[in-house]
Amino acid sequence: MGFFGKIINGLKKTKQAIGFKLNQLFGRGIFDNDFYDELEFILLSADIGSETTEQIIEKLRDRMRKDSVSDAKLANKYLKEVLCEIVDTEPFSFRTPCVILVCGVNGVGKTTTIGKLANLYVSQGKSVIVAAADTFRAAASQQLEVWAERAKVRIIKHEEGSDPAAVVFDALTSAKSKGTDVVLVDTAGRLHNKKNLMEELKKINRVVDREFPEADRKNLIVLDATTGQNAIQQVDIFNEAINLDGIVLTKLDGTAKGGVVLSITDTMNIPVAYVGVGEGIDDLLPFDAESYVEGIL
Amino acid sequence: MALFQNLSDKLNHAFSKLTNKGALTELEIKQAMREVRVALLEADVNFAVAKDFINKVTELAIGEHILKSLTPGQQVIKIVNEQLCELMGSGISKLQVSSKPPTIIMMCGLQGAGKTTMCGKLAMHLKKQGKKVLLAACDIYRPAAITQLEIVSKKADAGFFQMGQINPTKIAKSAVDYANKNGYDTIILDTAGRLHINAELMDELKDIDKKLDITEKLLVVDAMTGQDAVTVAKAFDDALNISGVIMTKLDGDTRGGATLSIKAVTGKPIKFCGVGEKMEDLEPFYPDRMASRILGMGDVLTLIERAQENLDEEEARKMAKKMKDASFDLNDFLKQYEQIAKMGNINDLVGMIPGASKLKLNGKSIDEVQLKKNKVIILSMTKEERSNPKILNYSRRKRIADGSGTTVQDVNKLIKQFEQSRDMMKRFGKSKRLPF
Repeated sequence: MGFFGKIINGLKKTKQAIGFKLNQLFGRGIFDNDFYDELEFILLSADIGSETTEQIIEKLRDRMRKDSVSDAKLANKYLKEVLCEIVDTEPFSFRTPCVILVCGVNGVGKTTTIGKLANLYVSQGKSVIVAAADTFRAAASQQLEVWAERAKVRIIKHEEGSDPAAVVFDALTSAKSKGTDVVLVDTAGRLHNKKNLMEELKKINRVVDREFPEADRKNLIVLDATTGQNAIQQVDIFNEAINLDGIVLTKLDGTAKGGVVLSITDTMNIPVAYVGVGEGIDDLLPFDAESYVEGIL
Repeated sequence: MALFQNLSDKLNHAFSKLTNKGALTELEIKQAMREVRVALLEADVNFAVAKDFINKVTELAIGEHILKSLTPGQQVIKIVNEQLCELMGSGISKLQVSSKPPTIIMMCGLQGAGKTTMCGKLAMHLKKQGKKVLLAACDIYRPAAITQLEIVSKKADAGFFQMGQINPTKIAKSAVDYANKNGYDTIILDTAGRLHINAELMDELKDIDKKLDITEKLLVVDAMTGQDAVTVAKAFDDALNISGVIMTKLDGDTRGGATLSIKAVTGKPIKFCGVGEKMEDLEPFYPDRMASRILGMGDVLTLIERAQENLDEEEARKMAKKMKDASFDLNDFLKQYEQIAKMGNINDLVGMIPGASKLKLNGKSIDEVQLKKNKVIILSMTKEERSNPKILNYSRRKRIADGSGTTVQDVNKLIKQFEQSRDMMKRFGKSKRLPF
């Protein structure tokens, strides 16, 4: 499979367009203001954001000047290095038993991600239970149920409209008694500026801390790669509420690049843990900085 | 932190460089426009759209009438806002109704944009207009999508139609028959979320469009979408010739620059906005409000208009100068009160100032009675006291209190307020100028 192949495949169309532009750009071998202006557009169109884009260009400019680079290939390599440095972090890992809370705004792909994560951990030989703590959205637990079946894992669910913390409580009790390795908690989508919903999330988080203190704790936020600069606010506020350990960047099989994660990892030091590259159960991959950068450019 | 500085601050900052100067050079406008560009980008307006926009505004702003204008900064804001509104389209765009029922509305868009929820909201909206609405489940891929639509239709008290996971065109056709037999005059087709680059799934939509007489083809877009919004919107429009757009999740804190991008590349009207999770949370799209939102400026235009109507330009310039060199005294304080009073209700005005409404007042509203009281207190002072508040000792304060029918505490409070605003102006004078 390979992250590289899948991402490149997904991005083929735009990749060709932008890659062509980029090759042309580097091919000129003249690294003047026009070059940097063009480069700026490419970075901006990947949603990297104006501030981070500026920083990237400054860094590249400095290095090129220092080593007086005039070779296109080398320049290309330098650019990739600058980008990689920003997003390259330790791979996401945890010790078992572990409780992983998955949160995010509406429609980013939380439930699908949980299904894929469950499948991934099962394939690593871990036992998994999923908690359908999205008790708000119509048919959310039915959706998770389908994923649980596909991944062949147990699911704990209550009725629509019930207390999500109670679902989590039951899932933890079950995991403790059966010695389950990983508890995946699906939460309802919530916009980060809705105070009461963020309080509810904090409560769920507290329940996990209180009921299963011996477990490793990880909180993941799911970001839609199509999202623009608002993702920064999302991560910032969710992080303030429940301390995030990583990002799952979904929908990278479209034409969006999710470049906003560069701004996020740069300023908030929250790494990208996984990327979603399709609707199949295997279409979730551990994040790899080099392949990702390759996909952006 | 600069990164989280909101758009309104940035624009105000950009414009503050333009304000309080008699005339403007081309260079100054260009510099300010650079910051407007950054601000638009941070609002997720597509960079190509932002570039075009800036070029247009710069051209207009460099016109002669601007340079001769007394308040160029305000004029520039006005041009930016006007151009943005123009780009957004004029007025509210309503849903079309088919002359031969049923009216068929097809929803389409990427995964997670909020199509299924929007189906329910639209159904509710149309029901209020006396329509009989049927929701048809054509999303045959996403797990539990059909169940979700069924629950949504119950919440909206609309009819529901499904045939399981068979060909969506077949489902849509059968839904029309079902609607005709059961007296439904409007059908909303919920389709699966799909990527615009997935040819097979795009063909599926084209097929429905070809085989049925669709009245409205609505593209549902997440308002938080970034630069890619143009690519997505263009692909859907090219494939289906969409009739309109619905923006969702506008109850978040996104600036919604995607709205502008989509409008710019497709030219199609934006018909509705989703503003919450409840079935009632649907609003018609107001282009002018969206323009303000993208600019993050509150209702600045109205504020400017009122200010222009009521403020004496010469007076305003003198005041600005006093603020800068801190020769601001109680006479000026009084004049300020009078000018503001001319502009209308204070609390309304504050609401129009970007960022001021909630943040700076901590939720307190300004007491108009208190303002009147302050005016009377100042009027009870001698000329000397007004221009040199330092000499206000206890006996003077007592006399003023008696004269104005207030207490010494009231007088003290006013003087404190005056000192605070004078200090604030000094600080503004040093760091950056007042926004207007």
